[in-house]
Amino acid sequence: MVVNKDAVISVDLLIKGDKEEFNKLIDAYSEKLYRLAISITGNNLDAEDVLQETFIKVIRSIGSFQGKSSIYTWIYRIAVNEAIQVLRKGRNLVSSLDDEDTEDISQPKEIRSWDLLPEDKIISKELKEKLDKAILQLSEKLKLVFVLRDLQDLSIQETAELLDVSEEVVKTRLLRARLALRESLTYYFEESRKEGKK
Amino acid sequence: MNKTCCDQLVECLSEYIDGDLPPELVAQLEEHMSNCTDCRIVVDTTKKTISLYQQMTEDQHIPNSVVERLHKTLDISNFMKD
Repeated sequence: MVVNKDAVISVDLLIKGDKEEFNKLIDAYSEKLYRLAISITGNNLDAEDVLQETFIKVIRSIGSFQGKSSIYTWIYRIAVNEAIQVLRKGRNLVSSLDDEDTEDISQPKEIRSWDLLPEDKIISKELKEKLDKAILQLSEKLKLVFVLRDLQDLSIQETAELLDVSEEVVKTRLLRARLALRESLTYYFEESRKEGKK
Repeated sequence: MNKTCCDQLVECLSEYIDGDLPPELVAQLEEHMSNCTDCRIVVDTTKKTISLYQQMTEDQHIPNSVVERLHKTLDISNFMKD
């Protein structure tokens, strides 16, 4: 896990309710936690809610922080759990996409090169929408593994510990998530090619 | 196309991309890929998939207004009273 090396946060001051130290904590970790939250929840408003709830929990439970991990890791874990709760609330209103067994994405189906992928590394609005849509279509289980491992740069072991599953399960889900997203994007690039779009 | 080798590549795809395979197996898979266009495409497009999502995530920045709201809403002294 990449930790914010610039931030030195005093747990003692937080426990004492030091306002300045708490503001320092917000400034140090908000950006990283926001990226995590938006990757999991898929929208800005939910991400903001996740941050708010996370920091409230931090204030309320800082006294129970035992220092077994870094403060960042501890807060990160709270944020992941908050984001999962928000994701589940949203998903319940739409549909349950949590059944891994219904997904047949253990093998690549569409095999075409991506000739249309822009070389300039700028993600167009249209492509961003497609990326968002594809990740939203993943089951919660696959999405969480992909976000934590590939977007948040956690190790397989850290991802497994955070989600309370075995490393083998993480590996299986990661492969399925990557293949599913690859499949969606392949369709998108192929359709774009047919339409002669850039 | 050697079906068994293709299956093996898909099985090891994540570990191959992440650089977590022993060198002997990497050499074996790369030997296979040198003759298998489909597997080369699958590896290439999977790497690009991850890269696009990583880039999109890096491009996400927390708006200043959100940070301001957090500071405004989260007054630690209010919560310490609980």
